Amino acid sequence: MIALLLRDLRLALRAGGGFGLGLGFYLVLATLVPLAVGPQPDLLAPIAPGILWLGALLACLLSLDRLWALDAEDGSLDLLATSPLPLEGAATVKALGHWLTTGLPLTVIAAPLSLLLFLPTQALPWLVISLAVGTPALSWLGTFGAALTVGLKRGSLLLSLLVLPLYIPTLVFGAEVVRRGGEGLSVATPLAILGAISLGCLAILPFATGAALRANLR
Amino acid sequence: MELRVEGLACRRGEAVVLRDVGFVLAPGEALILRGPNGAGKTTMLRALAGLTPPVAGTISAPQEAMAYGAHADGLKAQLTVAENLTFWAAAFGTSGIGPAVAAFDLGALLDRRTADLSAGQKRRASLARMVLTGRPIWLLDEPTVSLDAANVARFAAAVSTHLEAGGSALIATHIDLGLAETRVLDVTQFAARAAARREADPFAEAIE
Repeated sequence: MIALLLRDLRLALRAGGGFGLGLGFYLVLATLVPLAVGPQPDLLAPIAPGILWLGALLACLLSLDRLWALDAEDGSLDLLATSPLPLEGAATVKALGHWLTTGLPLTVIAAPLSLLLFLPTQALPWLVISLAVGTPALSWLGTFGAALTVGLKRGSLLLSLLVLPLYIPTLVFGAEVVRRGGEGLSVATPLAILGAISLGCLAILPFATGAALRANLR
Repeated sequence: MELRVEGLACRRGEAVVLRDVGFVLAPGEALILRGPNGAGKTTMLRALAGLTPPVAGTISAPQEAMAYGAHADGLKAQLTVAENLTFWAAAFGTSGIGPAVAAFDLGALLDRRTADLSAGQKRRASLARMVLTGRPIWLLDEPTVSLDAANVARFAAAVSTHLEAGGSALIATHIDLGLAETRVLDVTQFAARAAARREADPFAEAIE
């Protein structure tokens, strides 16, 4: 499992690995929104939580279609399926690798980017916390969606359509945590639900991903 | 480990391609699969490797005993040969890529990116993976594609070493590998379509 994780991380960091894709997208979005909407703090501050969460979600989505498709194309997926590592384990490792190369950098970069959108200072810790808690759900859900569409040529459109509805609860509660944090309200309820979604995804989705891969290998 | 297959029916997509496949592969033995394109060689190997659940029949050896070598090389273009091989060794829980590297003369290529290799060199790296798996039954699908004569001989030597160590191999190929003693299994005799036609035709027995 560790070998697979290291291989995926190494592949992501090599040229053409797509490590910077999500990050670059997030950067572009956060810089362009003030230009498009206008740089007034009273205009940007209310929408900042939503923009920052939406950007993170779309940046996650951007890198999903390569997740299993590359392995399926070069035959590695068949070989992985015959290796001693169960596909459920491979699914967990893939999702973790995706989170380490997408969700984690997004969480880190969100804090400086939030300055561009005039996010209230007291919301800043909640932005980082909500992204840290919520982005694993995005990676695990995305890994599942990518496994469902792995056999398809140009399956990324279908993948987006499949995954986006599943992303909605994470987006709603994630942005809610930041909004409430900014207004000084209690964040306990949305943060607990966000955590529950992530933990549920971590626990259940590797099995669903394994089953989807097996069905697609036939 | 002995591989005994009885009454195996395999499918590709929704179509049942092969029916009543039966053979025995003893340790130290190699079996060559023959048949025209589309006869079902790959389908059968994938079923044996556990990638496609068989429709019917039994396979005596567990999936953990099989090492599958597909058409595709299964190598990551951005990684070096050494990184690719080390990954597969770790994935299969075997240590040391030395014997595999020696068997396919990959020493000079170890630090090259796989993307920069020729098709034959990639093929050799892919075949070296079979040695790394440490599994007794090799299932090889067209292993010699894009290999030159010297490397076909090298591959045959690797298979011979594997057989001498008590392993066995099932190889789908169109060429003569020059292995010492091999049996040939013609896949066309198991074709599901032909069998169905014979059942549907009441005069088939009389004609035969």
